[in-house]
Amino acid sequence: MELFWWKGCPSHPRALEVLRGVLEEEGLDPEAVEVREVRTDADAAGERFIGSPTIRIDGREVAPEPGEPAGLTCRVYRLRDGRISPTPDPEDIREAIRGGPR
Amino acid sequence: MNIGDSAPPFDLPATDGSSQGPGATPTAVVFTCNHCPYAIAWHDRLIDVARDYGGRGVHVLFVNPNDAERYPRDSFEAMKERVEADGGWPAPYLRDESQEVARNFGAEKTPDVFVLDTQGVLRYRGAPDSDYEDPSQGAAWVRGALDAVLEGREPEPAETEPVGCSVKWLPSG
Repeated sequence: MELFWWKGCPSHPRALEVLRGVLEEEGLDPEAVEVREVRTDADAAGERFIGSPTIRIDGREVAPEPGEPAGLTCRVYRLRDGRISPTPDPEDIREAIRGGPR
Repeated sequence: MNIGDSAPPFDLPATDGSSQGPGATPTAVVFTCNHCPYAIAWHDRLIDVARDYGGRGVHVLFVNPNDAERYPRDSFEAMKERVEADGGWPAPYLRDESQEVARNFGAEKTPDVFVLDTQGVLRYRGAPDSDYEDPSQGAAWVRGALDAVLEGREPEPAETEPVGCSVKWLPSG
């Protein structure tokens, strides 16, 4: 499990908290998350980082956005109730952990 | 800029082709943008403020200061497209291409709200309300500040921590 973040967005501590909370609820080790800072445009391109925060489980995006360009920006997530959020919906994370549809 | 300071005057181009800045009315200057999730999450609440307080003589100005070269979603064209897609806004959306206004105000985030009184004196600065995730908050801090200014009182709180994405400064900035 990886959480990629960029300092221009303040959302990664909250995203990490949500991710760890879901891991714990699923009986997994909340400390198993690898937290990685993305510092430059080159890093973003190399990591296919489309914005902060980005969470991947076994290399797969929790909330994929096909075609979105890599770059140092903030991600906009849509929660399941329709609200806009800087962090993904916990249920999307749970579904990804369980290997459900993405 | 600190509470009690006079805000620097400005005149910026709006998406509707006009040019606007603070006047002799209570004004909320909202530094915002198209791409930041915090700005988007709070947007409808701030639009409601513009609609609700317009009839009370309050001027709301949305100002986008972000570097559009690196963040094309914040270009003037993208701003115009957004307003048009929404069927128009009840307040102007201004482009701060040089970032001079954002710099003079000391804006740090999007959103970052500055409420000025009729003399152009800063009376409130900070976040719209305490929780970007809770629409029922309704931009309560901005509404409270505007109510106070309209009634000649000091806003309480007068200052809160702005929450959002950093202003995307030009490389030379």
